[in-house]
Amino acid sequence: MATATQHRELNPPLWLLAELTYRCPLHCVFCYNPVEFARHTEELSTADWLRVLREGRAMGAVQCGFSGGEPLLRDDLEELVAEARQLGYYTNLITSGVGLTEARAAALKRAGLDHVQLSFQDSTREINDLVTRTTTFGLKQKVARSIEANGWPMVINVVIHRLNIEHIGRIIEMAADLGAEYLELANTQYYSWAHVNRDQLLPTREQLIRAEQETDRWREKLGDKMRIFFVSPDYHEAKPKKCMNGWGNIFLTITPDGTALPCHTARMLPGLIFPNVRDMGLKEIWFDSEGFNHYRGTGWMKEPCASCPDKEKDLGGCRCQAFLLSGDPDVADPVCPKSPHHHLVETIVAAADTRAASGADAAAPWGAGQNVHPLIFRGPKESLSLSATDALTRSGKPGS
Amino acid sequence: MTSAAELQPDSRPRVGTGFRLQWEPAQDCHVLLYPEGMVKLNQSAGEILSRCSGELTVAALVADLEASFHTAGLMDDVQAFLRMARQQKWVAWE
Repeated sequence: MATATQHRELNPPLWLLAELTYRCPLHCVFCYNPVEFARHTEELSTADWLRVLREGRAMGAVQCGFSGGEPLLRDDLEELVAEARQLGYYTNLITSGVGLTEARAAALKRAGLDHVQLSFQDSTREINDLVTRTTTFGLKQKVARSIEANGWPMVINVVIHRLNIEHIGRIIEMAADLGAEYLELANTQYYSWAHVNRDQLLPTREQLIRAEQETDRWREKLGDKMRIFFVSPDYHEAKPKKCMNGWGNIFLTITPDGTALPCHTARMLPGLIFPNVRDMGLKEIWFDSEGFNHYRGTGWMKEPCASCPDKEKDLGGCRCQAFLLSGDPDVADPVCPKSPHHHLVETIVAAADTRAASGADAAAPWGAGQNVHPLIFRGPKESLSLSATDALTRSGKPGS
Repeated sequence: MTSAAELQPDSRPRVGTGFRLQWEPAQDCHVLLYPEGMVKLNQSAGEILSRCSGELTVAALVADLEASFHTAGLMDDVQAFLRMARQQKWVAWE
């Protein structure tokens, strides 16, 4: 339970992520939205969102992200952006670009939108359209030019996985040609849909080494024209990440149905109840709710974390990853070599290398390989069917 | 991208594109906001940047600072800060 003393030590959130909707025109195989997203259809109203924005800003949040799903599917986006900007947030639109017409871009500019982060799925039409199951490649190029024309700083985000990792040099070149200031090469994190498709998406160790070398070559070539972030692939690096910069430390996500979470995916964790902004104010949610206090700090840790010299540095890694891989959200993140479950990660990484060596990838790069199901695209039908299966097998250990 | 002109006393620095400077009561300091991030500024950085309007020249900016804080000889420190700030893209000038 939070006490008055903890209140004084605890900082307010700096980041408010408004996931306006789970609806999305894309069907990305690595989407981080919950696998059961189609079961959460009750979206917050405009008035609810406006209240959330005001409460967050009053607490001291400075960054506001509008995300989804595809946030452009909400026709009140301009109104929410205008309010957020007027309140003093730095406003970030995190979008696939689908629906960002000239008219909406102009309206968002008038609303005071500060920045657009555009996701690309590949440098080639073939892979972009394949992994999203759409024909959006040309459109994204057009949207990138519109972002530049409106004077927004452009951040391009590309999720990296086995199907596009060999194109990394061309991806970097494309982003530079489009005028991006920052490029985030986000090695896939295996949650939600990416977890379902992990065997298809996990690159080999050798591919990752080559990708990082290629990235370094481009960094040298481009200088400070474009900054490139290479998100650490934590299965391979065997280094637990300080997830969300600490549980309930700076980051507050509100899902489309109003559930407040300390990270995008925390709702998968068993045994925790997260409050809803329809029932509770943001301040009480942040400081007093069980969901936000449960994994704050280091008090919840077991061994080997509890006596680890790095426990403040990584805070035991990611709770969702611990749960997905071991079935227990309270254990050390299995990507850590000190974790008693680390062998699970080693087996998964070794299997990716073995599959590549056996030529399975060359024969069927994205179809059914040996013991690998075909890619499952994110969609409402797939969501309902997967979450029904999940409910039936809940008592069993996931990830085994 | 504009070419990186040398800083002169008559340069008119402004806050860089995509950055926003504001006072944050919750942090009790000026902050510089940019895509998905924030820099907390110490007092002198906050005072310099809040004068980078694109209208004041460096000479006028320094004179204003010296008058506000009843001091003199700030030119070198201000110029050194502005050069560093431009490397971070916090400020720009033509």
